[in-house]
Amino acid sequence: MEEVRERTISLPRIGEPAPAFEVATTQGVLKLEDFKGAWLILFSHPADFTPVCTTEFIAFAEIYPELQKRGVQLLGLSVDSVSSHIAWVRNIEEKTGVRIPFPIIADLSKEVSLAYGMIHPGQSKTETVRCVFIIDPNQIIRTILYYPLTTGRNMDEILRIIAALQTTDKNAVATPANWRPGDMVVVPPPNTQEMAEERLKQGYECVDWYLCKKKLQAK
Amino acid sequence: MACISPDGKPTESGTKTLSALKSGLGSAEEIAKSTGLPLFRVRSGLRELTQAGLANQKGDTYELSSRGVELLGTLSN
Repeated sequence: MEEVRERTISLPRIGEPAPAFEVATTQGVLKLEDFKGAWLILFSHPADFTPVCTTEFIAFAEIYPELQKRGVQLLGLSVDSVSSHIAWVRNIEEKTGVRIPFPIIADLSKEVSLAYGMIHPGQSKTETVRCVFIIDPNQIIRTILYYPLTTGRNMDEILRIIAALQTTDKNAVATPANWRPGDMVVVPPPNTQEMAEERLKQGYECVDWYLCKKKLQAK
Repeated sequence: MACISPDGKPTESGTKTLSALKSGLGSAEEIAKSTGLPLFRVRSGLRELTQAGLANQKGDTYELSSRGVELLGTLSN
């Protein structure tokens, strides 16, 4: 118990390289570096054959085509075995008709769970909480979400974050609260007084010099 | 193992990867494009095929080993 608490203190952080791994999955042995060049959503679930996780897996499978269009791969994880994962995804397909197209890590040793801070002993000493790590093509962590065991994740928010991050990278802009693709984006704040004054003449929609928005050109 | 079954026979994705190597494709990116397999699976599969002695790695590219050629030959018979 003490060991788990101590080892979970060092959590990965946004902007840092994602911890490397080499793990058994439902699609063979995979390394983090196998995903280099693609966006990756690494997410953990508490356990196979549990109700909320089953609804989440179906929901992840439903957004999978949209993620593929955006160059994003999905990788699930729990501390169950490969055999358990296989039995569960087969059961999901048999009962609901939904095929789970992405690999799932069998983290029996908890190596990945501990490296990514997925076990929160206050919630469960043995199961991973519902984590989402969005990792960019350079394998830098760009977003971290944690949900408690009792709350299923919101797929719209995950898609929204992916769209926002990709928009930011492509256009060097930020995205405001509740932003959706197609909405106006936030122009980075100016660094000098001269830039602040020029900004007000550039046709942006400005509340003041530090908060200006613009429409992105449709491509 | 994702590319090789416990009985030593290549799986469907393993056969696709070996066939792509036989056709002269050498990089993981080329093989992923030609087979339709996700790039991460091709990278993992090439690692597995190399460890099994069915492919040889030269820098960032791969080629079929003589054992790989032999195995593919038995599959087409």
